[in-house]
Amino acid sequence: MSSTAPRKRGVGLLCWGFIVILAIVHFDFWAWSDTSLLAGFMPTGLFYQAMISLLAGIGWALVVKFAWPDRIEAWADEPLADDNASDGDGASE
Amino acid sequence: MILLEAKSLTPLVVVGVYLALLLAFAMLAKRLLKTSSSDYFVASRSIGPFLLLMSVFGTTMTAFALVGSSGKSFVKGIGVYGLMASASGIIHSAVFFLVGIKLWAIGKRHNFVTQIQFFRHRFDSSGIGYLLFPMLVGLVIPYLLLGLVGAGTVVRGITTGMFPDTFGGELIAATGKMAFVGAVPPWITGLVVCGVVLAYIIAGGVRAAAMANAAQTIVFMSVGLLAFYLIADALGGVEKASEQVLQNRPELLSRIKTIGKLEFLTYMLVPLSVGMFPHLFQHWLTAKSAKTFRVTVIAHPIFIMIVWVPCVLIGVWAAADPRITLPAGKENAVLAKTVGVLLKDPFITGLLMSGILAAIMSSLDSQFVCLGTIFTHDIVIHAKGEDHYTDKQKIMLGRMFILFIVAVTYTLSLFPPDSIFDLAVWCFSGFSSLFPLVFAALYWRRVTRAGAFASILVAAGTWIYFFYQGLIKPSFAAVKPAVKEDYLVMGMMPVAVMFAASALVLIVVSLMTQPPPKSVVDSFFDDRKA
Repeated sequence: MSSTAPRKRGVGLLCWGFIVILAIVHFDFWAWSDTSLLAGFMPTGLFYQAMISLLAGIGWALVVKFAWPDRIEAWADEPLADDNASDGDGASE
Repeated sequence: MILLEAKSLTPLVVVGVYLALLLAFAMLAKRLLKTSSSDYFVASRSIGPFLLLMSVFGTTMTAFALVGSSGKSFVKGIGVYGLMASASGIIHSAVFFLVGIKLWAIGKRHNFVTQIQFFRHRFDSSGIGYLLFPMLVGLVIPYLLLGLVGAGTVVRGITTGMFPDTFGGELIAATGKMAFVGAVPPWITGLVVCGVVLAYIIAGGVRAAAMANAAQTIVFMSVGLLAFYLIADALGGVEKASEQVLQNRPELLSRIKTIGKLEFLTYMLVPLSVGMFPHLFQHWLTAKSAKTFRVTVIAHPIFIMIVWVPCVLIGVWAAADPRITLPAGKENAVLAKTVGVLLKDPFITGLLMSGILAAIMSSLDSQFVCLGTIFTHDIVIHAKGEDHYTDKQKIMLGRMFILFIVAVTYTLSLFPPDSIFDLAVWCFSGFSSLFPLVFAALYWRRVTRAGAFASILVAAGTWIYFFYQGLIKPSFAAVKPAVKEDYLVMGMMPVAVMFAASALVLIVVSLMTQPPPKSVVDSFFDDRKA
């Protein structure tokens, strides 16, 4: 196993951590009664939540880059064992 | 007097041209369509990253996103964005990543076409399909209903005054006055929308739906931004529009009197519904490879922001503008009313109406195709066998079931709910309560058939109970409150109880029953060492 694999896994976990933090700070209870406007038009509460969306996009880009399940395509293409083979129809019960 | 002003028919002509172009596009898709049922149902698993992003986004953004979000913000303020949009940006992509990609891989390995096929094999149970089928169809129908009601509401709002001699409008009981005089009634809009969507999906199946979705998503996002710019301009600029809210309706800029903290917290469970949407499952299966998902996972939260921020702002701006008034319970009409009152160019109005219809139709198509698919595969073929019907007969059966569902939904749309947003949340909550099932099926070897059955039954039972208590019972109450409050359970969204009960039962019953045979479970898990 290459030494870069554990490091990549560590970075991947950090990226997931970033997503979890975003989910937590999405609950902006401290700004519940804030009615101020940013730049004269943007409600502060709405701006904050829009930034959560933007950061989510960035966070997901990091997850895709560092925590991508590389082996899943090979697994998807692997032939099934005969007793598990399916015609896609349904179970036998 | 605004309602009775003579209005140009140009907006309807623009919409007519748009619908004609859409149909032409569908005919093109039909020419590209291969003749196999695999292409009709899962586009031969050949959809690339751009088309997947557009079709998944177009499918998840429906009347709920445009008509519902602006209507709900009109009543509840800017907090609506945090309730659904930013939460969805995190949760939807997480579900695409953790559930969608894995289901794509399993679907490819087993040659699955539908969600029910996955569950039947995973739990080695034919019965689970028969249990899930009515539940999934029953939850998709309100989702379809959102689209038809949303389309009818928008067209009625914008066309008010166009045909005063033909359409008399609607009597508003609270005021005793007629509203929407001369507007195209929702039953006509519903017929046209159903007809157009049916025409292109019957022609081309899921490939036509994906291509039409992509085109329509581009249309509705562009038109949405154009609407935002024009409405802001008509209100004297973004600063003046927001300043007006600060003066007239400051509570809409905060959440202090409009949204409870526990309600906000538990809303986070609602977007988990995407993990169990059968139509989204079908879109996932169309992907060419796992990598196809990457763009969708990354861009989805940003696309949500692009659509929702303008809609929420339009909703709160409209609430603070004295020219935009709506009868109580008619907040669904706020977007159409705002366009009708503020924008005077009929061509632009027509473009906006087309954009809104594009958003709605881009969801209806996938849902129609999906219902046809699950009926064909999970009921008919499952009962009769794979070789009993030819490919053409399978496609025909799918189309007939779609026609049946369209007829049911159309009939229900003649009795529209007050709030599209609320109906959507009920529908999503039902799907969310089934999320523990799909998650456990993918990540927990020990989950058993009995646990799955128990979880589905508890999800269905709690949903029916809360739906009755929260929506049906108040509708028949003798005295209705002037301002309709959200239905909460101990300050929480009902989905929190439904989700927790379904998950708990799944775990407890699974642990109390015999583990599933290794031979059944092995093919669903990648056991190779890294």
